[in-house]
Amino acid sequence: MKKFLSLVASACVLLLANPVLAKEAVPLAEDPAVEARLVKISTELRCLVCQNESLAGSQAELAQDLRREVRDLIKQGNSDQQVKDFLVSRYGDFVLYRPQLKPSTWLLWGGPFVLLIVGLAVLVNYLRRRSRLIGDGEAPLSEAEKQRAEVLLKGDQV
Amino acid sequence: MNRFLWPLGIFIVLVGFLAVGLTLNPREVPSPLVGKPAPDFSVPQLHDESAKFSPREMAGKVWLLNVWASWCVSCREEHPILNEFAKTGVAPLVGLNYKDKREDGIRWLARFGDPYLLSAFDLDGRVGINYGVYGVPETYVIDKAGVIRFKQIGPVTPAVLQNKIIPLVQELNK
Repeated sequence: MKKFLSLVASACVLLLANPVLAKEAVPLAEDPAVEARLVKISTELRCLVCQNESLAGSQAELAQDLRREVRDLIKQGNSDQQVKDFLVSRYGDFVLYRPQLKPSTWLLWGGPFVLLIVGLAVLVNYLRRRSRLIGDGEAPLSEAEKQRAEVLLKGDQV
Repeated sequence: MNRFLWPLGIFIVLVGFLAVGLTLNPREVPSPLVGKPAPDFSVPQLHDESAKFSPREMAGKVWLLNVWASWCVSCREEHPILNEFAKTGVAPLVGLNYKDKREDGIRWLARFGDPYLLSAFDLDGRVGINYGVYGVPETYVIDKAGVIRFKQIGPVTPAVLQNKIIPLVQELNK
């Protein structure tokens, strides 16, 4: 009897574990393609409530609403750029993590390169001046200095 | 001597920039909508579900649109100021009840006073998104042609009302 019961129990376990009976995971989004584009666009956008989070990562209510808005815009057939343009038209350039290239942002984009060029110019100038100082003129040490240096070096060896 | 003054000079300039930066408010995002036509919408009114409101109805008037919600703490702070403003009759004030429950909104107005000509009911926040709302309360001044002329982010203070909104409304009404 005991044996029979354990047999039934193991049969039940096997039956429950049958993968055919398991339900397939329900996809989180109706349309994975739309969702992929949503994620791609919203990681480049700033959540305005918690400014250091992207729209994709934020759980703020406004971020959820904006994601819904972006999803709708995608479904209506807007391109990624059109979606971004819509949000910029409402919230300004501030929503973009990657600022657009335009006259008011030239300094922002070009500034580091300008600084690099200035730094290189200063460095080249400095090196040239230094090599000129070392190159021309007499030997860096006078006769008396040389002798003194030798004495010191010898004294060190003893 | 010059060699040592250069870094000091650069340091002072840097400190100057940082000092100015500290006085700025990073929460204040300048609205790109100022100077642009107010986005159109048509939503039910708070007190009357069957009646709709659209900004087009306000054409030819200088008016204020105030975004509020019963769950918004700063709205309570600004509300007495709006109540006073409504009494002066300087400009019609339209409310946009943002992401609120209808009963909560109505109860809130009954308790704290209703300065609004009417309140539009923006249940899912879509109108808010169209107006670039990211924090309640926000207040817009819209001119006769339906162009947004001014946006106040955060509560309207007596100073903002006296120094900015009222002079602007009077000028637009000329």
